[in-house]
Amino acid sequence: MRADTFDRYIRRESLVHRLDPRLKVVVALVFILATALLPDGAWLGFALSWLLIFWLTRLAWLPYRVVWKRSLVIVPFLLAAVTVLVNVPGTAVFTWQIGPFTLAITDAGLVRFVSILIRGWLAVQVAILLTAVTPFPDLMHALTHLRVPAILVSIISFMYRYLFVLADEAQRLMRARQARSARLPGTGLHGGSLFWRAKVTGHMVGQLFSRSLERSDRVYNAMLARGFQGRMLTINPHVMRRFDWLAGGTAVSIIVLIQLIARNDLHIY
Amino acid sequence: MLAFISLVAGILLHIPDGFLSLVISLLCWLAAVVMLAVAARKAQVDYDERLIPVAGVMAAFIFAAQMLNFPVAGGTSGHLIGAALAFIVLGPWLGLLVMTAVIALQALLFQDGGLIVMGANILVMGLVPGFVGYGVYRLAANRSKSFKLAAAGVGAWLSIVAAALVTALLLAFSGTANLDIVVPVMVGVHMLIGMGEALVTVAALTFIMRSRPALLDESAATAGGRWVLAGLGIALLVVLFAPYASPSPDGLEWVAGQQGFLETALDAPYQFLPDYTIPGLGETGLSTIVAGLVGVLVVTAVILLVGRLLKRPQRSQSGA
Repeated sequence: MRADTFDRYIRRESLVHRLDPRLKVVVALVFILATALLPDGAWLGFALSWLLIFWLTRLAWLPYRVVWKRSLVIVPFLLAAVTVLVNVPGTAVFTWQIGPFTLAITDAGLVRFVSILIRGWLAVQVAILLTAVTPFPDLMHALTHLRVPAILVSIISFMYRYLFVLADEAQRLMRARQARSARLPGTGLHGGSLFWRAKVTGHMVGQLFSRSLERSDRVYNAMLARGFQGRMLTINPHVMRRFDWLAGGTAVSIIVLIQLIARNDLHIY
Repeated sequence: MLAFISLVAGILLHIPDGFLSLVISLLCWLAAVVMLAVAARKAQVDYDERLIPVAGVMAAFIFAAQMLNFPVAGGTSGHLIGAALAFIVLGPWLGLLVMTAVIALQALLFQDGGLIVMGANILVMGLVPGFVGYGVYRLAANRSKSFKLAAAGVGAWLSIVAAALVTALLLAFSGTANLDIVVPVMVGVHMLIGMGEALVTVAALTFIMRSRPALLDESAATAGGRWVLAGLGIALLVVLFAPYASPSPDGLEWVAGQQGFLETALDAPYQFLPDYTIPGLGETGLSTIVAGLVGVLVVTAVILLVGRLLKRPQRSQSGA
């Protein structure tokens, strides 16, 4: 595994990439907040929000395909939201008779369901865009500047640093297990009962824990050897330029405008 | 279908943005921030400047441990979620910091879980399962080794069930899921998933007890039994306050239903479609309140019962 295995940053030289990371974090949060605030059935608002995301993706010289692909992480949540279909009072659109159960899907329920889905999907795309145009260390640095407790940011940065190292260890453990688990071809047997398989995995977790603990000791000693005094330092002072303020102001204005248009549009119908 | 559900259920605890109402998200952030502030202070006392490297590497460990999967059946596989294990081996405060780092990184880097709802995710995947698992484990503090392991197993199982219950309730109170369906489905599925969690947690602890016996005694030295109450208290608070904070019509109906319930003479002030009553699951707002409360109470009762059983002195223990 390489150091950038888990990296989600896509290097480009675009305007969006060059913006101050603090600004990108704040705008992304405002945008996500705004999508969460769009009311059910605000189709125009949803469409405009998506257009803004699409436009920003182009502005960052990224293919929209990347954002689309990564946004599929929310698909499992379809399952949780799908239950909302049958709870909302309204005019029934479909009714099913399943044994003793009668399920009715109402028009209001349908609007709610689709709205939840779109809101979740828009929000996740904003987050994807943020991580695609901001290197993770910059993101962490920005969080420190935005008054997120330094201790938490340091822990997350450390975790990020050792993620691929420990993931590599985990993969090695799994490779070792596979090498020792002969399987007769075509039988599909994994060897041992489910209970046994879980136990072996548990021992692997314990093993990984021991190794991680030893590693954290070594890391700490190495840090002490290099003069660590309990605080992470940086030589990258982020400075907000005039262009950053301008871009941030424009982005927030557009987001607020979308919100107004969406609500206005709902009042008309 | 079942395979798909179980595959998906592990991910279902990472709530994305847009699936919780804003008020509930902020309420959860508040709870999370308060507990994190306490945790940061307590952990700093214990670990001093070692805290950052230890917590960082341990958070990476939890992430890597979630990659270790084992085949279950029909192409599905199970893996550890790890809140209970983290709280047990690292102690509750470091454990909470570690789980928060895991949740934050998953949200920031992989968009597993949202940003505005991250407070809720810290609650659902860190605070609640961690304290529930740790609390049950601590009940067996001065018992034999096999007793401790049994308690850890029960705690790990309960931790997953409690996390699922709180997730389901938060979704339902936000109006993004139907309470009558999502609670039994989420809790039911996670009762199965919890068994895998229990097995792996117990096996991992067995290994750690053998290879590093001193470690678990150390973390056992920190004060204990009241963490069951702390974890449950947080869960109950969220469950009880969330519906009042819910701006969605469903949530309001829910509260209205409750008021109808309090003044028993009144009918429920709204009518469901006569066609879609779901027998056995309940048909009024009243039964949904009861469902939610019963769920929490059942978990409480089970924990207390387990606590009783574990506290009963056992002379015949051989202490394997």
